[in-house]
Amino acid sequence: MASILLVDDSASMREMVSFTLIEAGHEVKETEDGVEALQFAKEQSVDLVITDVNMPNMDGITLTRELRKVTEYKFTPILILSTETGSDKKKQGKDAGATGWIEKPFDPDSLLTTVNRVL
Amino acid sequence: MAQEIDLSQFHSIFFEECSEGIEAMESGLLKLGEGETDTEMINTIFRAAHSIKGGAGTFGFNDISEFTHGMETMLDEMREGRRSVTKHAITLLLESVDCLKELVLCSKDNKEVDSAAIANLKQQLASLPAEGSEPDTDTSSDTEAKGQTAYAGWCVSFHPYENLFYSGNDPLRMLRELHGLGELEVQVDTSRLPDFSELDPEKCYLGWEMLLKGDANHEQVNEVFAWVEGDCKLEIKAKPDRREQRDRRADEDRMGTFGRRQSDRESLGGQEATTIRVSIDKVDELINLVGELVITQSILSQACMDLEHEHAEKLSESLEHLVRNIHDLQENTMNIRMLPIDFAFRRLPRIVRDLSHTLEKKVELKFSGQSTELDKTVLEKIGDPLVHLVRNSLDHGIEMPEQRRAKGKDETGVINVNAYHQGGNIIIEVIDDGAGLDRDKIFEKAMEKGLVAEGKKLSLAQSQDLIFQPGFSTAVTVSDVSGRGVGMDVVSRNITDLGGTVEVVSEPGQGSTFTIRLPLTLAILEGQMVRVGGKIYILPLLSIVESLQIKEGQVNEVAGKAEFFQYREEYLPIIRLHEVFNIETEKTNLDQGLLIIIDTGAKRVGLFVEEIVGQQQVVIKSLKKNFRQVQGLAGATILGDGSVALIIDVPGLVQSHSGHITEQEAIETGSVLHKE
Repeated sequence: MASILLVDDSASMREMVSFTLIEAGHEVKETEDGVEALQFAKEQSVDLVITDVNMPNMDGITLTRELRKVTEYKFTPILILSTETGSDKKKQGKDAGATGWIEKPFDPDSLLTTVNRVL
Repeated sequence: MAQEIDLSQFHSIFFEECSEGIEAMESGLLKLGEGETDTEMINTIFRAAHSIKGGAGTFGFNDISEFTHGMETMLDEMREGRRSVTKHAITLLLESVDCLKELVLCSKDNKEVDSAAIANLKQQLASLPAEGSEPDTDTSSDTEAKGQTAYAGWCVSFHPYENLFYSGNDPLRMLRELHGLGELEVQVDTSRLPDFSELDPEKCYLGWEMLLKGDANHEQVNEVFAWVEGDCKLEIKAKPDRREQRDRRADEDRMGTFGRRQSDRESLGGQEATTIRVSIDKVDELINLVGELVITQSILSQACMDLEHEHAEKLSESLEHLVRNIHDLQENTMNIRMLPIDFAFRRLPRIVRDLSHTLEKKVELKFSGQSTELDKTVLEKIGDPLVHLVRNSLDHGIEMPEQRRAKGKDETGVINVNAYHQGGNIIIEVIDDGAGLDRDKIFEKAMEKGLVAEGKKLSLAQSQDLIFQPGFSTAVTVSDVSGRGVGMDVVSRNITDLGGTVEVVSEPGQGSTFTIRLPLTLAILEGQMVRVGGKIYILPLLSIVESLQIKEGQVNEVAGKAEFFQYREEYLPIIRLHEVFNIETEKTNLDQGLLIIIDTGAKRVGLFVEEIVGQQQVVIKSLKKNFRQVQGLAGATILGDGSVALIIDVPGLVQSHSGHITEQEAIETGSVLHKE
């Protein structure tokens, strides 16, 4: 049972991911973009952040970089949801301070497996 | 746990999202087409394609995912400047958007897709040349295929750099995961560990030499360290043949010193999302309940009035509060269903773009009042009529560029689409600066079609109304653009069905203005109560033109078939409400009651009732659930005194009672009578 901050602009992805996580007993805070997530992060800490890459207002890479500047989030695992098949985005994510990534498409099982790796 | 999650429960929301995404792509592409090449716009389109692709893959719609991939690649190249934004590319992308729409629809309904068309587009997307376009690098997702022969074990040398923790990675996780793959022997390298006084708790100083036994393959071991690649010195080697076990100093307590992250933090909460998605059924149920509440409240108010004064005072005071609260509640509940009309407007730019291209006309489409809100049901039904009106303006209204130039107008025509609120209604205007309606041509055509008698003089309004008659079209050739004269009457009927009206005002040479007037919602009706015999009926206020008293002499009977009376320049048929509903009443003479002139949009009639009682907002209850659809009735409502009143469906009533009298007969009779 952990608290998870989920950042994705796609409502269906949010719904699916958070449903899966909640089913597994976690608590999920949903946000729609980096700005909203960062705003939340400044007020509360979580055990894990899962973020999409391509989002309006602030993308996942920037969000990761910004989160690492927030004291409470210095060591928090940040997983990037990525469809990018190339290693480009992963590299960018890593450079920004991400812990790892979840490759899209994924099913609920593999999502939980990945999440459990860092919790 | 996870195995039981049925992904299909997310499908409807995914499809909804797809249409939003598709719309965003479409409008974005159209803007790009107009010469805007700003990166943010391309980015937005890219993101839409990207999310659709991601969602489709996750929810198992591989067709969609694969197809979108091609679009995404192209857009990606555009946003990174590796591909220029050409007209051709945009057209191709727009076609792809159409195709994607089709794909989504097919997936939604589980239908077969036109795979040839898709393959063709996919091919085009892939082959459109671009400088420096590079194929997507393939990742090795096929873990199994590359699996190597199992070894007796693996020697893993893992020495993280100091900054490992800053990426949120925990070496303990890797050790745990390795342990999950088989028996693990661990030796800690503490050589880099500084004195306690110099120790920075945020840095990682330890390293590990490990021996993993068992049949895990190279991929699996690699996978464990995939996220820390570049953050550590890592060596993974197949276990050398005869190196024996080192002494077991795999000290769990030292591993424990890394301090597990507290995972049971204070629960999240407090803030909630700014929007939620709710199924429309729930909202409708809520509206229905509020409707019941309104009725109960009016019954209460009525009952209160019957009470003795001293008892009633306090009660009526609180009732007044209740009335206000319920009114606010009702308004707010209705607001949930309200959406900006922009949703209906968004379809238009694409249609105008394609159509002006086909017709080789130049036109600019302008909007105002996109944020004007109206009920979702009304919004959904107004889309098609609106499209038709705009097509009509473009096809019949706006002239060819050379014609416009000859008339001294700007080559580019303008179609304005405006929306605004007026009273309890929403007004939508489609205004073009084209040729306007050609009265002579309309009249000729109407005569030809037998819609008017020869030699009959028509007022400006009358001739303009003719274009809404069934079977009317003045287009010289039948085009697939404005259809085969099934256009404007369908527009008129659809709008009437929604309880609205449409009219046209036109100035030859200057253009035409089509005005649609619609109620904001279909759940509540501004009603006019009328009495016939002992019964109360409700007429939609919007359909009433005026009420008047007439004398016997003003009425003409035609061949015992029907009655007409002269209303201004027209002859209107009279419908007696008591006859329609078989009500016993003594007041059957026309001078004993009132004639209410009602307008269905296509037609006007005089409705004979005994008296008008008052106006009231009524909540429409469907009859369909408990009875069947009755011709001429829109539903029922409960009045303040608890009695049920029927709501008259004006177009239905007029239609069912004019079957044997055609419009033409009415006009002819009118002119005959006029001559006499």
